[in-house]
Amino acid sequence: MRIIVCIKQVPDTAEVRINPETNTLIRDGVPSIINPYDTHAIEAGLQLREKTGGTVTVVTMGPPQAETALREAISMGADEGVLLTDRAFAGSDTWATAYTLAKAIGHIGADVILCGKQAIDGDTAQVGPEIAEFLDIPHVSYIRKIDNVGDGRIVVQRLMDDGYDVVESSLPVLLTVVRELNVPRMPSLKGKMAAKKAVIRKLSAADIGAEEESLGLKGSPTQVRNIFAPEVRKDRKMLEGTAEEKVEALIKELAGLKCL
Amino acid sequence: MFIKVNKDKCTGCESCIQSCPYDAIVIKDDKAEITENCQLCRACLTVCPEGAIQEIEEESDKKEKGQGSGVWVYAEQREGVIAGVSFELLGIGKKLADKLGTGVSAVLFGATGAEAQELIRWGADRVYHCTDELVSAFNDEPYADLLSDLIQKHKPEIVLAGATPIGRSFIPRVAARLKAGLTADCTALEIDEGTKNLLQVRPAFGGNIMATILCPHTRPQMATVRPRVMKRGIYNESANGELIEVKADNIKSRTKVLEIVKEVSDISVNLQEANVIVAGGRGTGGEKGFQLLYELAEALGASLGASRAAVDEGWVPYRHQVGQTGKTVGPRIYFACGISGAVQHVVGMQSSDIIIAINKNPEAPIFNIANFGIVGDLFEVIPLLIKKIKEAKGL
Repeated sequence: MRIIVCIKQVPDTAEVRINPETNTLIRDGVPSIINPYDTHAIEAGLQLREKTGGTVTVVTMGPPQAETALREAISMGADEGVLLTDRAFAGSDTWATAYTLAKAIGHIGADVILCGKQAIDGDTAQVGPEIAEFLDIPHVSYIRKIDNVGDGRIVVQRLMDDGYDVVESSLPVLLTVVRELNVPRMPSLKGKMAAKKAVIRKLSAADIGAEEESLGLKGSPTQVRNIFAPEVRKDRKMLEGTAEEKVEALIKELAGLKCL
Repeated sequence: MFIKVNKDKCTGCESCIQSCPYDAIVIKDDKAEITENCQLCRACLTVCPEGAIQEIEEESDKKEKGQGSGVWVYAEQREGVIAGVSFELLGIGKKLADKLGTGVSAVLFGATGAEAQELIRWGADRVYHCTDELVSAFNDEPYADLLSDLIQKHKPEIVLAGATPIGRSFIPRVAARLKAGLTADCTALEIDEGTKNLLQVRPAFGGNIMATILCPHTRPQMATVRPRVMKRGIYNESANGELIEVKADNIKSRTKVLEIVKEVSDISVNLQEANVIVAGGRGTGGEKGFQLLYELAEALGASLGASRAAVDEGWVPYRHQVGQTGKTVGPRIYFACGISGAVQHVVGMQSSDIIIAINKNPEAPIFNIANFGIVGDLFEVIPLLIKKIKEAKGL
């Protein structure tokens, strides 16, 4: 089985803060990591390979330094890494990103494509389903369990707000995964050696036969107009005094608002 | 469009470097330079004291807009019950439609005529309704096929859907097929006075900052909105609207729902229904801190919530998570205990009526959105609070 896992290198957003005076992001020393949801997709790919045989190819689109994310995935056990890198990809929104990844996946070939449910920097959850649309294959989102795979079919559990759906799909299929699915493994020593030696395949816009009009900013229907810090509330009341007095004051306020 | 540094104006002061969320500005020969990492987010534009960073328009930016008129709301149902977010979308959809001088339509797949009428009472001028068996349960492909066909035929200028497991899954397929711009998890929607473009506000960069997104050249403009972010419109018992039957011709599904499994959730995690929520973050310090919050929640008859940081640490299960990547809630009272208040969390609870923040750090951004703030140690404040609440309730 040919398994492709799409990953994204992201700033560790838990570390990103905003400077309220200049309204800009402070990202001094913010480390780049593999999007945490994608590590579960990698693990799912490796487990699938253990069950059915085949290969796990990890694909990412990004600047040259995104190569480190691919090597990290190889150290976990992936067979190879493919980096889509081209100046023409800059400024891609989810539409253009999905178009580019789909072109590359079509070029490589896959039976199962795995993505994290969303990336922690954008949180859109759009790229996975959009890739499936561009490839004209089915997809199932928010996979919390893979029940069964074989004979060109796969049965999975899709997490919903009120429980889960058991969904059967034909192959090839794209799945986006949630954290409940598995616990990503740590890199092995052997994996680390392999990652060091691995030759990362680099693909440009021309290599994947992409139309220039559909790439990067030109191919992106959405644009960021501006970014800003959230507003401060004006009617806020800070409660003062000793801990006891503060709690007293709070109880009084809540009682006054008929909240208790 | 691209971002460029005017080298004549640049003094090499480096103040722009920090502003870039993508590390795309470097200093070369004592001048700033934008590298290929640039995602055109414009964060740097206002930072330069010399005004040396500029946005350059290109010929290709001046594309023709697609046509379209009318605001559409995708009304979601599960097992015949319409999701609350659909009525909220009709509320905001009507506001947008009024600004544009047009009407609001709902699209409903599955359920019955009674539910379609309910959408009209909540403000829909028109309902496109498909009752085909193939769309009674949710599968991405038939839903995407049907909605895409309807949009192509009737050309609305705006399409809104709930940012739910259903909307977030199949709406992207529609956007991909139509080459339409789609913005996820919007927290505010407005019409730009001049251009009539839809201004879509959403958290960005892990929810540390807000961004306004536009789809200047394409139609429809598509957006998903979290449940409980928008207010419902006015319910009109005697409202009249048009009901249009939609046939499910030529649609396919390569997926099939074999079973729908409901998981019973006890009151402690029923966040979306909760009147009072007690939520904890990284500042609780661990499971011991959460034990205190459980006790407070119990005393208040409240549900327990948590920030992403606390869930990521493994102190509480994911189903308690409130925020952009968890649940959006709108209780009467929200206690934020040891939660710093990253936008990622705030967007999930800011529609709460009363927000009470308890935090050791007086600078924590959570105090910016709180009605009442207590600076103090949780392990001191919470036990006192539990005691006082029990007293007040006569326990």
